Amino acid sequence: MRAYTPKDNVQKKPYYTDRYWVAPQVAKHDVSSDAVFTDDLEAIKSQFEVLDAYIQVDQMVVIINACDNFGVIEMLKNEREYNQLSEMSAIDWLASEGKFEIFYQMLSMSKRKRLRIKCKIDEKESIQSVEKLFRSADWSEREMYDMFGVVVNNHPFMKRILMPDDWEGFPLRKTYPLQGDEFAAWYEVDKIFGKEAREIIGPENRDPARIDRYDTERFSRLGHEVPRGTDISQGEPDTPLVYQEPEGVFLIEKFDAEQSVVISDRHR
Amino acid sequence: MQQSNRLRPFFENITFDRADNEMILNFGPQHPSAHGQLRLMLHMQQEQITKAHPDIGYLHRGMEKMAENMIYNEFMPTTDRMDYIASSSNNYGFALAVERLIGLDVPRRAKVIRMMLLETNRLMSHLFWLATTALDIGAMTVFLFAFREREYLMDLIEDYCGARLTHSAVRIGGVPLDLPDNFIEDLRKFLDKLPENIKDYEDLLDTNRIWLMRMENVGVISKEMALSWGCSGVMLRASGVEWDIRKEEPYELYDEVEFNVPVSDKGDNYARYKLYMAEMKESAKILYQVIDMYAGTEPALMAHAPQYISAPKLDIMTQNYSLMQHFVLVTQGMRPPVGEVYIPTESPKGELGYFINSQGGAYPYRLKLRAPSFWHTGILTDLLPGHYIPDVVSIIGTTNIVFGEVDR
Repeated sequence: MRAYTPKDNVQKKPYYTDRYWVAPQVAKHDVSSDAVFTDDLEAIKSQFEVLDAYIQVDQMVVIINACDNFGVIEMLKNEREYNQLSEMSAIDWLASEGKFEIFYQMLSMSKRKRLRIKCKIDEKESIQSVEKLFRSADWSEREMYDMFGVVVNNHPFMKRILMPDDWEGFPLRKTYPLQGDEFAAWYEVDKIFGKEAREIIGPENRDPARIDRYDTERFSRLGHEVPRGTDISQGEPDTPLVYQEPEGVFLIEKFDAEQSVVISDRHR
Repeated sequence: MQQSNRLRPFFENITFDRADNEMILNFGPQHPSAHGQLRLMLHMQQEQITKAHPDIGYLHRGMEKMAENMIYNEFMPTTDRMDYIASSSNNYGFALAVERLIGLDVPRRAKVIRMMLLETNRLMSHLFWLATTALDIGAMTVFLFAFREREYLMDLIEDYCGARLTHSAVRIGGVPLDLPDNFIEDLRKFLDKLPENIKDYEDLLDTNRIWLMRMENVGVISKEMALSWGCSGVMLRASGVEWDIRKEEPYELYDEVEFNVPVSDKGDNYARYKLYMAEMKESAKILYQVIDMYAGTEPALMAHAPQYISAPKLDIMTQNYSLMQHFVLVTQGMRPPVGEVYIPTESPKGELGYFINSQGGAYPYRLKLRAPSFWHTGILTDLLPGHYIPDVVSIIGTTNIVFGEVDR
């Protein structure tokens, strides 16, 4: 029976699995263990619903509803001195929950604290842009859209940023194979010559970096030269290794293998 | 009608027969002053830029995707290719993030060697920045001088790890090698000469009329703008924000060494240039202190954590259990605990952060690379309008962007 490959996650799987392996957890501490974070959390809780909050590796993680993202970040910026949005992106949980998790990594320079706001949205749902609060979200949100297909509302320029505008598929989703899909494989051919050229060019010529060891038309074979165009797929003629032309070159004495000396110690 | 699927002269969103007098200039992606594959679409009124639209992605290799399909140690050489001017700092950022995820503490000698690598990389990066920016402005002499000094540093790194550009000189849990003979003497020799060299550059540039005209009051970034755009490193400190992660959230031995964080409130190109020069001097100061720390350390180089880190070579060759562990760690990879970290480090370009979401497997579930240059490129959208064409070159120069890092 062929092994089952799930369609919703085509990422590389470890070859070795251990059924009885129980992964340890990175410790989650209670927010009350840090006074600064406790105040911040109270401030968020007074206006918005907080689903979960904990401290992991010295940073507070606050999980909120996706509809509150703009409000929470606005409050953190204006009232709680979180003056930089260092990073934001998404995590693909489509296979297990059918959701994207979006995280906002924030920094307060006056308090020397970092916290992470997280929320989950459905695959077809969109999220409010925070570009009005932090200009850095302009490019981050575009990157998130580019990589995951999460549409951001009220964004001034919701276009792909790293991939070409006409790209199909979202590369960082777990359903997107590491080597790219069919569209990715034929992208350049389609763009330059048109789709109808796929058959003429063929998969063997598609990749410009492809090396064919039996192709004597386009590849030279150093040390094993054969006349150009020879078919060597069934075996090749035995070509002796010759470093000089048989008659020698003008003014240069021919190298005589019999009389030469091989120096084994190059420092001698 | 142009067909969008054919590669003919075809420009998205651009019409050339416009009623107003606006011209659109395509800067790059193959422009020598673009420091890589940056394409800028500039809307111009005569020589003045009215709108700038940076277009990136020409060097996109999908590193985050690659990371999701690799064991942790396998990803280390890939991080070299981000900021390829100072690759050890990328290696280090990743190693530190994984160590924090696991909760590892590395031996002191490894920390000292890491500090040496980080600071020599900072010097290399700043020298490279000075050389290329000066070349863009037209100061050929400085370019040759700075590259000469960078060459010594690259030779030093080559003595340590064998590579000159893509070092991979840091491992998760420590460093792979001890310092070679003469490394410290060579480094000290270089450092002793460095103030002279920096003085040479400053003599050539500081009061140079052309340099001042191209640098002073050009590309002024206000404090609010720098914070809003997520700027970090010199870009932030030149705008009057005193924020250096080495100082504020110290990692490795940065809390044990003494150094200053140069800050300026001008925010223009010249302020950034002065900060780079000042930072080089501070790096040299740190290196002198770290050299003195080396002598008193124990010889261990890798942390002892058999579940995650292979034992030293001697143990692997002599002890059965170490060999078994090593075999498992190489073939299957380490499995960090379930959890999430975001660890920022101060790379030469700014805040380099690694966000790792681990689900307890041998591959990270999600790895986000927070590269400073990404936002330093984005800020060009707001920074360039109002400037003139020659300023574009000097502004790109002082933002110190590297495209391996922008596109990842």
